[in-house]
Amino acid sequence: MSYLQYIFLVPLLPLAAFVLLGVFGRKYFKKSSGIIGTAALLGSTVVSLYTAWNYFFVSGKVDGVYQKFSAFNFKWLEFGPGISIDMGGTVDTISVMMLVVVSFVSLMVHIFSLGYMKGEERFPTYYAFLGLFTFSMLGLVLSSNIFQIYVFWELVGVSSYLLIGYYFEKPSAVAASKKAFIVTRFADLGFLIGILVLGFYSETLDFGLLIQRLTDPTSTQYLAITAGSFLGVSALTWGLVLVFAGGAGKSAMFPLHIWLPDAMEGPTPVSALIHAATMVVAGVFLVARLFPVFQMSAAALEIVTWIGVSSALIAAIIACTQNDIKRVLAYSTMSQIGYMMFALGVAGSGTADNPGFTGSMFHLFTHAFFKSLLFLAAGAVIHMVHSNDMRDMGGLRRLMPVTHLAFLVACLAIAGIPPFSGFFSKEEILLAAYESNKIVYAIGLFTSALTAFYMFRLYFSIFWNKSQRQANDHHREAGFSMKLPLVVLTVCALVAGFVPFSEFVTADGIPFISQLHIAFSLPPVTLAVVAILVAMFMYRKANNKPEKAAALFGGLYKAASRKFYIDELYMFVTKKVIFNFIGGPAAWIDKNIVDGFMNLLAFITAAFSEFIKGIQSGRVQSYALYFFGGVIGLAAVFIYFWK
Amino acid sequence: MASVPLEHILFLSTALFFIGMYGLFTRRNMITMLMSLELILNSVNINFVAFNKYVWPGKLDGIFFTIFIITIAAAEAAVAIAIIINLYRSHKSIDVEDATDLKW
Amino acid sequence: MNLSLLILLPLATGIGLLFCRGVKQVRSLSLVGSVAQLGLAFLLLLEYWKDRAAGNNAKMLYENDFTWFRPLNIHYHVGVDGISIAMILLTAFVVVAGVLVSWTVEKLNKEFFFLLIFLSVGAYGFFISLDLFTLFFFLEVAVIPKFLLIGIWGSGKKEYSAMKLALMLMAGSALVFVGLAGLYFNTGTFDVMAISQMKIAPAIQKFFFPFAFIGFGIFTALFPFHTWVPDGHSSAPTAASMFLAGISMKLGGYGCLRVATFLMPDAAHTYSWVIILLATIAIIYGAFATMMQKDLKYINAYSSVSHCGFVLLGIGMLTRTSINGAVLQMVSHGLMTALFFAAIGMIYSRTHTREVAKLGGLLKVTPFISTVFVIAGLASLGLPGLSGFVAEMTVFMGAWQNPDNMYRLATILACASIVVTAVYILRAAGKTVMGPISENYIKLKDASWNEKLAAGLLIAGILVIGIAPFLVFQLITPGTDVIMQQLAKTIIP
Repeated sequence: MSYLQYIFLVPLLPLAAFVLLGVFGRKYFKKSSGIIGTAALLGSTVVSLYTAWNYFFVSGKVDGVYQKFSAFNFKWLEFGPGISIDMGGTVDTISVMMLVVVSFVSLMVHIFSLGYMKGEERFPTYYAFLGLFTFSMLGLVLSSNIFQIYVFWELVGVSSYLLIGYYFEKPSAVAASKKAFIVTRFADLGFLIGILVLGFYSETLDFGLLIQRLTDPTSTQYLAITAGSFLGVSALTWGLVLVFAGGAGKSAMFPLHIWLPDAMEGPTPVSALIHAATMVVAGVFLVARLFPVFQMSAAALEIVTWIGVSSALIAAIIACTQNDIKRVLAYSTMSQIGYMMFALGVAGSGTADNPGFTGSMFHLFTHAFFKSLLFLAAGAVIHMVHSNDMRDMGGLRRLMPVTHLAFLVACLAIAGIPPFSGFFSKEEILLAAYESNKIVYAIGLFTSALTAFYMFRLYFSIFWNKSQRQANDHHREAGFSMKLPLVVLTVCALVAGFVPFSEFVTADGIPFISQLHIAFSLPPVTLAVVAILVAMFMYRKANNKPEKAAALFGGLYKAASRKFYIDELYMFVTKKVIFNFIGGPAAWIDKNIVDGFMNLLAFITAAFSEFIKGIQSGRVQSYALYFFGGVIGLAAVFIYFWK
Repeated sequence: MASVPLEHILFLSTALFFIGMYGLFTRRNMITMLMSLELILNSVNINFVAFNKYVWPGKLDGIFFTIFIITIAAAEAAVAIAIIINLYRSHKSIDVEDATDLKW
Repeated sequence: MNLSLLILLPLATGIGLLFCRGVKQVRSLSLVGSVAQLGLAFLLLLEYWKDRAAGNNAKMLYENDFTWFRPLNIHYHVGVDGISIAMILLTAFVVVAGVLVSWTVEKLNKEFFFLLIFLSVGAYGFFISLDLFTLFFFLEVAVIPKFLLIGIWGSGKKEYSAMKLALMLMAGSALVFVGLAGLYFNTGTFDVMAISQMKIAPAIQKFFFPFAFIGFGIFTALFPFHTWVPDGHSSAPTAASMFLAGISMKLGGYGCLRVATFLMPDAAHTYSWVIILLATIAIIYGAFATMMQKDLKYINAYSSVSHCGFVLLGIGMLTRTSINGAVLQMVSHGLMTALFFAAIGMIYSRTHTREVAKLGGLLKVTPFISTVFVIAGLASLGLPGLSGFVAEMTVFMGAWQNPDNMYRLATILACASIVVTAVYILRAAGKTVMGPISENYIKLKDASWNEKLAAGLLIAGILVIGIAPFLVFQLITPGTDVIMQQLAKTIIP
């Protein structure tokens, strides 16, 4: 059934921009490439907004339940009967929601970059890569097939690689891009094997069929996958955990998060788009996509929950100690994604009407706005100060009033202060956790207080702290193209929370009305306010309180500021163990033993021929002697032995 | 006149053959080697003549062959001497051991 | 269509080259000749599609058979199916690209181009042969020019490499010949299609299969007989490297499939675990060995060992999907590795070094070449949209169909190699085209028209497979099905 067929335009427009700018950009569109890219994205955004309106308000609901439609489907690669990679467009609540988020944020970033990246030599390339990324991400959210999602999964990975390494002359950027790609590739290995497992047992790669078969306890496929086991764990759980490993890698979940902070080497708008709002939530999206199947395996959900909650906590602790503003934001992203993850985890293991799924998606939605806002604002600040270090900043609030306001709104949103958007979504997640697992709830609560603290530490360090800068400073607030996205996103961060999200996006498509319980909201909000006040007390003016606080925590502070030595551990494993103990010996063996054996064969042959060569002395007389000897010998044979 | 038995003649030719063989194997001087070769050819000639006379007295094949060999031997000697002279011109030696340019 | 044209055209080009005077004539004739080959290959493809669409379900199309040497029952028997056409197209692509990148060869250029063109005679002949004897004949024809190409126009320790390559490949051919002779003396014919209809006793198959498979395996870098690959490739001139990796190694894979597996299906089942074991070792070990290499050509050569492991893995798994994947991987690897060697050659001709540590930041001065390099790298690490991804995933999907736990383990290890591939490709790319640029390279010139054309052609091929894999699948599946029928005959002992 074809429904909303024009939806294919949404990913296709950025793709067209990519091809056009990638092939001809350097020559013909040196200046205008930004406009071309933005125009394409504008088209995409309009189409996706129209789609969302059409789906949510006009035609998506049948008998009170939001349906799943297929907009188009195309057999891309058929492995065998029933098993094929299709390129399809799924239209359901989460894909439409993601479509809007991705195209909208991407549009904002495109506009912002017009000012931010002006004068760059590889301007067309930048827009080409942005187009490629947007295309891949949109393709990812529309995926109707688990292999299709993997295809686009890899494509977003590579566009992220290209964009992180955009400043290719900086060794740190090159290293960061490499790290990001390899770490996520490693995680994708799990994803791939998970696909193989799930695909093999369910005998299909199509999401709809796969979910249908694996959630029906009477189907042969379900029986097969639960019967199959490896190391005492059922194949279903293996498949899901492996798929989740891929999601965890992309979403920078502990312990695969090490690439995200480094990924901040890319241009800041890129960080806003890829490493805050869209690509990093792909893991959450993947789990949400397969949510019905995850519900069939308690163990897998348990893993999702604990990975999510530990990532949220660890990232928040590390964020309190970092000085690079983009890294603080990166860790806060990781922490917020942890929230989304564990919300999904607890939603599956809780009661049927648990709001976790909705909460997770809601948080994804609001987070996209306020986090991209934070990054873009940080970008505006960096653009002005030419430094990423918050210690170089301070007192910027008079110089950059618009940025200041935007940043403040975003901070309030992420801290969960009503009535900003983050409050509503976080509230729902905490409620879900409270209903199903008290320990998770407690950690979530604590993390939310930490979030408020480190965000306002950042805020006060950038915009207050040091004395006012001189007005005659050459610093000025950014131009219109950079202000516009900030204003638009600020408005979004303000109002996104009022979207009655549970009436649109739910696990089963059946809308429900979520209520706000004042009593329940009280503890998180109070904690957040207290945390903000502490941050204000410590960082509003330059003083030595932060050092004292750091000393108070001693070892913990040091460990956190060194990111718990996880990077060092990875470095040790890759550089020392893999290179020295696997790669080195492999190369050595090849050169000396395998090839040595071949050379030995050649040597033996040569030695043997050297030996027979002695007979061929080149002296005619000895040949004649041999010949004569032969004649005598033959004569003897003929005379005496030939009867 | 009592005829010489065939064995005597064969003995002579065999002796001649081995003398030639010995010379061919041991001498390094090409001229001597050529002379040894002539000895061998002549021992064969003697055999041909002798067998023709004693075994097939009515035929002339052996004689023909002998004449044939004498002719070839003359031609061969001419060619060999030419080679030896050329070798001497280029190598200032007619020792076979010195002519190793074509050896591997 | 008369398939012999595929042999005659390059032969005529080659002979024509001998009468050329001057560099210009030689170049233009080679280019015209190779483009004509490409045209012919496309014509063949179109005709094939037309005939298949018209309902021609024969196993082999355009067969042509005449007796060559009656006492031994040797025929000149040619015919193609989808798999051979895919290989022929690959050859045609690589030949054109090879001629284009060798545009500036000055030394003995007539002989150089003659050998290049002559090599393609062997390759085409091999791919269209349906008679084991002519197949072997063309296999040999394809080996000899390589010895000369490396020995005369190579670099580094070229004599050693040329000798090593020729000797190892000759040893491979010798083994192949034993296998073929075994088939011949047990069936009385060299004809592939006729032999496939006969039932050869399993014991005989088991005896001769290893000869044929290892013999062809040496061509396609079967572990542990792969050591000619790194040395051979790194010493060869650019075009020869492209031919070697792009075409020669595929002769082996095609032979393993068409001769060993197709004609001795019982033995293929028996030995499949050995093939898988060796292939898995080649994949993983090749990948790790690549990681430690410092020379770009060595990197690509070792990665070829790893990638060709996928071909053997696909063949060894003996499922329809995995064999499809193996064929796809042959084509895909042929194109992308040729592209990679072309890019390396372009870099080398400008910087005069291939050492990763000495290069850097080339993206700034030679954006086209660097982009080509990165695209080749991305294809090699299996980026969707490029050919490598499709081929590898097909192999994995096919391999996973085999429910045995050890086979699964092999598949997982093979999958793991894509991570290692990412490591070495990104290291190479990061150090070569990215990073700060050295003073010496600031004035380098970007690609010339011939290099752009060569790279563009190969990239087009990679993109077509990557974006529209269904086209290739449509082409090769009938051929795979024939092989599968043959394999299915024997599953019940």
